[in-house]
Amino acid sequence: MWQRIFALAIKEFQALLRDPKARFVIIGPPLIQLLIFSFAATFDLNHVPIAIYNQDGGQAAQSLVSRFSGSQHFEIVDNLTRESDIKRVIDHRDALMVLTIGPRFEQDLLSGKPATAQLIIDGRNSNTAAIALSYASGIVSDFNTDWQQTHHLRAPPSVIITRAWFNPNLESRWFIVPGVVAILMLVVVMVVTALSVAREREQGTFDQLLVTPLHPTEILIGKAIPGFVIGMIEGSVTIALAAQAFGVPFEGQLATLYVGMGVFLLSAIGVGLMISALATTLQQAVLGVFLFLVPAIILSGFATPIANMPGFVQDLTLINPMRYFMVIVRGIFLEGSSFNSLINQFWPLAVIGLTTLAFAGWLFRHRMN
Amino acid sequence: MRLWGLVRKESLQILRDPSSIAIAFLMPVVLLLIFGYGVSLNAKHIPLALVADAPDTQTAALFASFDHSVYFSPKIAPNLPTAEHWLLNRQVDAIVHVPSDFSAQLQNTANQAPVQLIVNGVNANQARLTQAYIQAAWQDWLSARAEAAGQSADQPVTLANRIWFNPELRSRNYLVPGLIAVIMTLIGALLTALVMAREWERGTLEALMVTPVHLNELLLGKLIPYFVLGMGGMALSVAMAVWLFAVPFLGSFWILILTSAIFLLTSLGMGLFISIIARNQFVASLIAIITTFLPAFMLSGFIFDIGSMPGWLQNLTYIVSARYFIVILHTLFLAGDVSSVIWPNTLAMLAIAAFFLGTSRRKIRKSLE
Repeated sequence: MWQRIFALAIKEFQALLRDPKARFVIIGPPLIQLLIFSFAATFDLNHVPIAIYNQDGGQAAQSLVSRFSGSQHFEIVDNLTRESDIKRVIDHRDALMVLTIGPRFEQDLLSGKPATAQLIIDGRNSNTAAIALSYASGIVSDFNTDWQQTHHLRAPPSVIITRAWFNPNLESRWFIVPGVVAILMLVVVMVVTALSVAREREQGTFDQLLVTPLHPTEILIGKAIPGFVIGMIEGSVTIALAAQAFGVPFEGQLATLYVGMGVFLLSAIGVGLMISALATTLQQAVLGVFLFLVPAIILSGFATPIANMPGFVQDLTLINPMRYFMVIVRGIFLEGSSFNSLINQFWPLAVIGLTTLAFAGWLFRHRMN
Repeated sequence: MRLWGLVRKESLQILRDPSSIAIAFLMPVVLLLIFGYGVSLNAKHIPLALVADAPDTQTAALFASFDHSVYFSPKIAPNLPTAEHWLLNRQVDAIVHVPSDFSAQLQNTANQAPVQLIVNGVNANQARLTQAYIQAAWQDWLSARAEAAGQSADQPVTLANRIWFNPELRSRNYLVPGLIAVIMTLIGALLTALVMAREWERGTLEALMVTPVHLNELLLGKLIPYFVLGMGGMALSVAMAVWLFAVPFLGSFWILILTSAIFLLTSLGMGLFISIIARNQFVASLIAIITTFLPAFMLSGFIFDIGSMPGWLQNLTYIVSARYFIVILHTLFLAGDVSSVIWPNTLAMLAIAAFFLGTSRRKIRKSLE
């Protein structure tokens, strides 16, 4: 039996890698994408364009403005002289925000009255707006602390001292890169497995396979092996790149990560083969891959936390293999999670893998005849 | 007349395989539902551990401010090691730790009583938000305390902010229009790439070329049905955005139709171009996923801010047509007809469409010689 499966797996590899274009699209793009997306996918903002409308020529106002120009998060693109200019720079997207300092700013400040600075923000991209606003609040709060100190005002009676575990400088790249590794593994494995049977069916070669002495289960295993091997190789390369080229700390055990990759690949292959068995043309298989891939990525916690989703969507993510693998990859990379602490991620993956593989096997037997 | 016949033939072919219709109409619905309901960057009920080494009325007053905030679901930990254990097991996202001398320090006007905050930094963006919310709750406590003592808790400078176009920062208002661009990329490029690649693979395109049909007619006959299909998907998406997700639409309808049509041409052109390079469905679908969907998702400014990417990557985004369309859609939906935003971006899309359609046309002729 194993000899037959082995022969089939060899044939699958040859079919997959024979075409030089196919060879290239399986190997090349994931690496290029890891590079591009790891730089693209960050929520940290730099050089946010800001315009200043300073009606107070005094020193205090100037020192507040210089805190913005000195910050790497902001770049002053315009100094406005008329109030009517505010609408222009925001509407035309010349600046994301306008800081307005009123004419009584310094007077109020020196007389101990609360002085107000106004910030007008372009909310068309609400996420960028919220992050930029939090940077601006930080700058004003630093200004206040310094002002209280230099003018011998009473400082607040308490202070917060913050420490971030696992990622002390709060770099979003450390969070994103392991996520990209997981996404690339999923995409490659889905494409290889889901399209393999559909292609043979469209070309009519699948019928030839069915009349061979191979049992449907053996065909299933033979079709699963290339996806598993390619996924493992690609995962290993991207993980090495993430740790070496991107400097993401790798705190955990490599062996634990490979256990996670193994069960994750099984579940991804199960879903891929299910799609493959349901589709009768390649186009249908591609549609199926998309209808699975996009929700699987969006609802995995890759970019937005699962905890922010409404309750019924959170329940839905429980059947999403990506959700568990994201926790495993990030946990092992950044937190140094042990096998035992990840056990609650491993067993659902194994259950999903066994269920989908069993269902794919059933579909193979019943839909092929 | 010949063109009409070709359009009819192509339309019949579309109707025969329901997966084309599904790509155009089912996919927008599924994607919009997932994004509209599933993705939110607005955190609520962040699990939080509160630890006081020496609980008393002062620490109780501080902790009460976390109970009152909608952002947290706090629970009291008996001691710091327990809280740290919760943080390690991902049961809480942050720990607020009040040391035993807190109350004493609070009475001593010379010192600032420290409050220790430990956040899980794995998700850096989330950690920063959590930090800001905790700071706000702490500030509330300070103000309430100062008020009770008859003092002013005013900071020297307060920042008043006004957010234009999306005052409540609903992330849906920018995610849904952005998603329309991603969906349109998919429909246009993926569908065209697959269909044309299938014709190459089966040799039916060559068969058509030996008929008296002119090459231009042939290409138009292919593109027109998919153009109509794409505009249908677009109309459906806009209707869902406005009526289901209640995203305001302030721009003019005609500009939306015009810019969508041009954007759809860039996608169709790209699909055509991919099919000519790939010549088979498997490779074409892989290239389409990798070069259309993922860049439209990651390099278009849909979720991640382009201005914060490294320079070389920003240059790369100029060839992603979704980048221009997303800016146009955000402006049309949330700000109205701002001609200085709409026309330059439309011109850029026209250039990309001309490039892909023109190059494809030339390559087809060459490849037959």
